[in-house]
Amino acid sequence: MPAKTKAHRIGLFVCHCGLNIAGTVDIPQVLDAFKDAPAVLVALDYKYMCSEPGQELIRRKIAEEKLDGIVVAACSPTMHEATFRRNAESAGLNPYRVEIANIREQVSWVHAKDPDAATRKAIEVIRTIIEKVRYDEELLPFTLPVVRRALVIGGGIAGIQAALDIAEAGFPVLLVEREAQLGGRMAQLSGTYLNFESAGDLLAQKLDALRARPEITVLTESEVESLNGYVGNFTVRIRRRGEDQVQEASVGAIVVATGFDLYPMKQLPEYGAGAVPDVISGLEMEALLRPDGPTGGRVLRPSDGRPPKEVVFVQCAGSRDPEHAMPYCSKICCMYTAKQARLFCRQSPDGQAYVFYIDIRSGGKGAEEFVQAAMEEERVLYLRGKVSKIFRDGDKVIVWGADTLSGQQVEIAADLVVLATAVVPRADARDLAQRLRVGTDAHGFFNEAHPKLRPVESLTAGIYLAGAAQGPKDIPETLSQASAAAAKVLSLFSRHELVQEPTIAWVDPELCSACQLCVPACPYEARRPHPWKPLVTVNAALCQGCGACATVCPNKASKLRNYTPEQVLAMVDVLFAPAKAQEGA
Amino acid sequence: MRYFYFPGCTLETKAVGFNRSAKDAAGALGVELVTLPEWNCCGATFPLSTDNVLDLAGPARNLVSTAEAGGDTLAVACATCFNVLRRTNHFLRNNPETLEKLNAFLERPQPYAGQVEVRHLLDIFVHDIGLEAIRQCAVPGLRGLRAAAYYGCMLLRPAAEIALDDPERPDIMDQLLAALGAEVVDYPHRGECCGAYLTVKSPEASMPMSYRILSAAERAGAHVLATACPLCQFNLDWLQARLRQQYASYRPLPVLYFTQLMGLAFGLDTSGYGFEQHYVDPRPVLTQAGVLGEVKAP
Repeated sequence: MPAKTKAHRIGLFVCHCGLNIAGTVDIPQVLDAFKDAPAVLVALDYKYMCSEPGQELIRRKIAEEKLDGIVVAACSPTMHEATFRRNAESAGLNPYRVEIANIREQVSWVHAKDPDAATRKAIEVIRTIIEKVRYDEELLPFTLPVVRRALVIGGGIAGIQAALDIAEAGFPVLLVEREAQLGGRMAQLSGTYLNFESAGDLLAQKLDALRARPEITVLTESEVESLNGYVGNFTVRIRRRGEDQVQEASVGAIVVATGFDLYPMKQLPEYGAGAVPDVISGLEMEALLRPDGPTGGRVLRPSDGRPPKEVVFVQCAGSRDPEHAMPYCSKICCMYTAKQARLFCRQSPDGQAYVFYIDIRSGGKGAEEFVQAAMEEERVLYLRGKVSKIFRDGDKVIVWGADTLSGQQVEIAADLVVLATAVVPRADARDLAQRLRVGTDAHGFFNEAHPKLRPVESLTAGIYLAGAAQGPKDIPETLSQASAAAAKVLSLFSRHELVQEPTIAWVDPELCSACQLCVPACPYEARRPHPWKPLVTVNAALCQGCGACATVCPNKASKLRNYTPEQVLAMVDVLFAPAKAQEGA
Repeated sequence: MRYFYFPGCTLETKAVGFNRSAKDAAGALGVELVTLPEWNCCGATFPLSTDNVLDLAGPARNLVSTAEAGGDTLAVACATCFNVLRRTNHFLRNNPETLEKLNAFLERPQPYAGQVEVRHLLDIFVHDIGLEAIRQCAVPGLRGLRAAAYYGCMLLRPAAEIALDDPERPDIMDQLLAALGAEVVDYPHRGECCGAYLTVKSPEASMPMSYRILSAAERAGAHVLATACPLCQFNLDWLQARLRQQYASYRPLPVLYFTQLMGLAFGLDTSGYGFEQHYVDPRPVLTQAGVLGEVKAP
C-alpha cells in the first residue's frame, strides 16, 4: 500500500559527470545551499554518481541515515533514472522515492557560458525536486500477463526472417502479407551482389524453411486494419482483401516489416517523367535481368525488344537532392548499379555501360572490390557528375551530364537508361504507423526508439522494426535487423508476465462527476465510463502516465501518481518563494 | 475582364508586333488591357543581381502604381519583365524590412503591402479566359500549322517564385497553341536557354544553344516556333543566318510571338504585327500552311 507519510529523511547526491556538470556548475555552492535545508539529512557529491563507487555511496548512505527519499542531481532521467531506482531498491528504499534533478542537459550544457546562472538554476531545480520527493508515494509496480504469440506485418525477406526466428524458438507467429505471394522486393530481384547468387534461389530457401514451421500462420492478401492494447497484450484486426469478415487475434509483440517503394519516375520530369519507354527504374532492370523474368533474363529494350548496346545508369535519381526530391542517400544504389552494369556487360560483350555518380558509397566487406571489378573487368565507364536531362531522340535516349573529373559536359546517345530511383517508404506507411501508434520520420520511414542504442525498437513498447520500412538497407542488413527484432520479441516472450510502471493515472471516486471529458483526452484509450456507477475508470494496463486526463479534469479527480496537483503546486511554491516555503516546513 | 498592363521597353520599341498582337488577342477574348499609367523600365537584369535595395525601387514602383490605381493584378507580356516584376514582388512579400525601406524611399501616400499579383498573359488567357473560350474564338484557327512552344528561362525559373508551370515539363503554351487549332509538336528543349545576352559578346557561345533548340523543333516537324520573350525571339531569329552558314543541313524556322499566332487564329488584321521585320520571314510558311491570306512581296 502506498505510504501516506511524507518523506522526511532525504539524501541529495550531486554528480559532477566529470566536467560535464562540475565544469560549469559550482558544486560546493550547490551543496552549501542545502546544508541546512529541512528534511535533507545528507548532501554529498561524487565525480561519477552512476559508477559503482557512486552507487555504493548512495546505498551506504540510505542504510546509515535510514533515508526515506533521495534526489540524484545528474543527467536526464532518460539516461539513468532506472539505474538509480534499481540501486536504491537494492538498499531497501522504495524506487518511486528516487527522483532525478536534471542539471546536465537542462543546466550545465545549455548555460555553459554563464556559470553563475547555471549554479543558481541548478539549486532551483534541485530544490523543486526535493519538494517533489517529499510528496512521492511509495508505489509498487504491478504485473500483466504476456500473450506469447507474435504478429509480423509484411512478408518480404525481413518479415520472413523475423517470423522464422520467432517460430524456431517455439512461439506461434501470424505473418500478414498484403500481396498474394510472399517474397516482397526480394522476389523481384535478379542476381545479388557480391557474388551474383540468385535472389530467387536464396528466397526459396527461406520460404521452404517457413513452410516447414507449423508455428507460422501465413495470411496473404491481408492487411492490419486496427490495433488495440499494449505490450504483451495487443488485439489486432486483420482484413482479407475482398472479404467482409475481419479476423481478430491476440498477440504480445509486433514486428513491422513493410518494406519500401521507389521514388516515382513521374516526379522526375528532367529524366523524362516516366514517359520515355527506354528509361527504366532499377527494379525494372532487375526484371530484365531475372532468369524467370519477362525476357528470360536478357536485357531487351521495352520500346522495341531489341538488345541495347549503350546503357547509361544514373545513380542518385531523386536521392541526395534536397531541393527537388529526397535529401538522403538511398544506400543500396551504388552497389546494385555496379551489379546491374556488370550483369549487362557479361551478357553483352560488345555493349558499353556508363554510370553517372556523385560519390561511390561502397562500404563494407568486399563492396569496394566489387565496384572496382566493374571498372576493371567489365570496363564499365564511371563518370563523376550529375545528369541534367534525359530525352528521347528518334530511337535513342539522349543523356546530358557532366563529367566533373575532366570538367567536360557529356552527351551520350544511349539505347537504355536505368535510373537508380530513391528508396522511399511505402506510400501508405504513415497510415499504418498511425494505426499502430508508432512514429515515422519526415519522409515516412518508421522511427526507431534511438538511432544508436535502440535501432530495432519503435517508441511503442512491444512493436519492433525490421528492414527497409525503417530506412534504406540491403539484404544482409535487413536480415540482421529482422533477427535482432525477433530477439527482442523472444526476450519479451521469455517472461510470462510484464512489470508495469505504477506511475499512472487513477480516479478519485469521491471527486469524479463522470463528465467524461477525460475519455477523448486519453491518447491510449485507457479510460472508460463505469458500467453503472457515475464514474470513469482507468485501464491500468493501457495507461502510459502521460497526464492528459489530469489536465482536463475540472474536479481534479483524475490524478497521476507521484505527479499530483498538490505536488506540482508545492514545487512551484518552493521555486518562487523558497524562503516562505521553508518557513512553513 | 480588365487588367492593368505593363508593356515594357522592348515591346514599345523593338517588339511592337508583340505589343500590338498581345493587345489585339486580349481584346478579341474580351480582356481589356489598360496600360499602367507612368510605367517605368522593370530594370531588366539589374535589380535582382545585386543586394542593393535601391535597385528594387524601379520594378517596385510599377507595383505601387498598380496598387494606387486600384488594381490587384499587373498583366505582363514580356517574359523578362514578367520575371523581374514577379520576383521583385515575391522578394518584397518575404522581406518586410526591405519593403519598409522602399516604402520610405518611394514616399507614396499608401505604403505598398505586396497586394498586387504579377501575372503573365499566358496565365490570364489559359486560366481566367479558359481554353474552351479560346477554342471558340479561334476562327479560322491554325489548322494546318505545326507549332513548337518555346518557353526559355524567364517564364519558368526560379520555379518556386515564378510558379507559372513545371520548369522541366512546361505545358501551358502548348495547351494554348492546341486550343488555337495548331498541331503542337513535341520536342525536348522547351525550357533550354537560348544563349540570352551571350549573343552580344560571344555569339559563338550562344549559337550552339540556339541551334539545339531550333534544330530539335524543326526535326520534330514544326513550321514555326512560338515564344513569349523578345530576347529569345531575337536570338533564335537573328542567329539563323549564321546557323545556315555553320551547319550545312540547317533549315530555317520562323520564330513568332505566341500572341501573333493568336491574332492569326482569331482572324484579326495582322498588318501591324511586324512579320516583315523578322529575320526569317514567317509569311511564306504561314501562307503555305494556310493560316495567312496573302503574302506581300518582301
